[in-house]
Amino acid sequence: MLNHRSDTSFAFPVKVSLLSAGLFLGLFFFLPLILVFGVSLASRGMYGGITWIVTWENYQRVFDPLVGMIFLRSLFLAGLTTLICAVVGFPLAYCLSRASKPWQLILLTLVMIPFWTNFLVRTYAWVLILRADGILNSLLIGVGLLDAPLSLLFTDLSVFVGLVYGYLPFMVLPLVVAIERIPPQLEDAAFDLYASMGGMFRHVLLPLSTPGFLAGGVLVFIPSLGAFITPYLLGGGQNMMLGTFIQQEFLVARDWPFGSALSFGLMGTVLLTWFLLGRMSVEKEPS
Amino acid sequence: MKRMPSSFLVMSLLVMLFLYLPVVILIGLSFNASTMGVAWKGFTFQWYEKLAMDQGILEAALNSVVIALLSTGMALILGVGTAIGLETRQKRQRSWVNMILVLPLVIPEILLGVALLMVFVLCQVHLGFGTIIIGHMVFNLPLTIVIVRARLRKLDPAWEDAARDLGATPWDVLTRITLPLLRPAIWGAALLGFTVSLDDFVVTFFVAGPGSTTLPLKVFSMIKTGMTPEINALSAVMVVVSMLCVGLSWAVQQRSTPVSSVSSY
Repeated sequence: MLNHRSDTSFAFPVKVSLLSAGLFLGLFFFLPLILVFGVSLASRGMYGGITWIVTWENYQRVFDPLVGMIFLRSLFLAGLTTLICAVVGFPLAYCLSRASKPWQLILLTLVMIPFWTNFLVRTYAWVLILRADGILNSLLIGVGLLDAPLSLLFTDLSVFVGLVYGYLPFMVLPLVVAIERIPPQLEDAAFDLYASMGGMFRHVLLPLSTPGFLAGGVLVFIPSLGAFITPYLLGGGQNMMLGTFIQQEFLVARDWPFGSALSFGLMGTVLLTWFLLGRMSVEKEPS
Repeated sequence: MKRMPSSFLVMSLLVMLFLYLPVVILIGLSFNASTMGVAWKGFTFQWYEKLAMDQGILEAALNSVVIALLSTGMALILGVGTAIGLETRQKRQRSWVNMILVLPLVIPEILLGVALLMVFVLCQVHLGFGTIIIGHMVFNLPLTIVIVRARLRKLDPAWEDAARDLGATPWDVLTRITLPLLRPAIWGAALLGFTVSLDDFVVTFFVAGPGSTTLPLKVFSMIKTGMTPEINALSAVMVVVSMLCVGLSWAVQQRSTPVSSVSSY
């Protein structure tokens, strides 16, 4: 196909940029990540520095019930976010992929825009909606449904809403790609064979959309698991997730070795998820 | 659109509302005259006027733009060449190169933030503009490479082959064939990188030093110190600016250049 670009004659600047880009990412991406692992095995110094004594202590602390709770809460919230994004995102993705061309472009752009819009500001918008004297409470009290404001902000629920809001586009886009690949004739075939609407979805559309769900799952689960802005702004001090906990260990408690151990745990979970879901999607790929 | 289940249409509409309502509310509130709370007290531009006169915010805005321009510019200089170099390699090498390139875009930003912070502090690098620009380049560089490579894959190599057959040197091929054909992708990547850098909070938060406050850092500290309507106005401005940049990037990348095959002429 188009892969016959001859690889003999490179212009000099191409060689230079290949080399320097590799060097740059090695120096400022891979080396720092390796350093995180190194520091996670060191001990904390007297005044918050690092003492280079090798120890497993930081990893043992990860199994402390309090720390474990934060780990589990993060896993749970990220998992739930992924699930709800899939459930809520699928109908939209389906409408998008089966819409007529001009509509498709408009809708796709509308889904893309929040994807690239300032995440901090979008999360802050939910603070305005959910806080005690925010939009939602004022509305409910104004209508007469409530007498006193509900405390909606700084709960697990508000973090969850913020995560779904923040990462939903990441689920919709891969789903659109997956559904577009399913020929509409397959749907017609199912109906010709007397499938109900529900039956067609269960037996034709959903199974064939699996690659989209897997790709979207990776793209939603990973950033949700390591989210910082959302739990910080919408969760407050009580409802910590891994991201806020790591930030606290680094910038407030100044316990770098423990913070590194947490970071490495997060990275391990992220890579494992990526690897597993990636493998599943390779197996599911129609040959 | 035939036989679209109506429940799906309703659901899609609700999801769209869910995606856009908060932003609309935010922009609406930025015109609210009320200093406290969300009750509507009349239309005003005063929060925007206040913004325009706030020295700290203007300075942060300038910092953000300078950092975004520099990190995007350098990512482009390295990234375009790298993309061209990678596309000419054998297929076998590609899968792990892909993995390495996508990794900085996939891992949670906080990992990048703390890892860079430790490297900089342990090497006693002064935290400030330089460290922020490096931090932004770590994601801007792969972003540029991914976008430019996607375009390269659609280009017909026959254009370059034809130039070589006609006696062009590698330098000629690069500057007179490949780069002009890549122009839409390069502009698209530049605008997107600029937006991402302008909007970045987490990495910046970890590697910034005193005197290098960016706009998102400013918004964050304003939210922490207390709610003022000024934040709404600033947020509204930031939302609109990033939407414009992304829209522009999208439009530029859609512009067609000859990607079809030479042989069809």
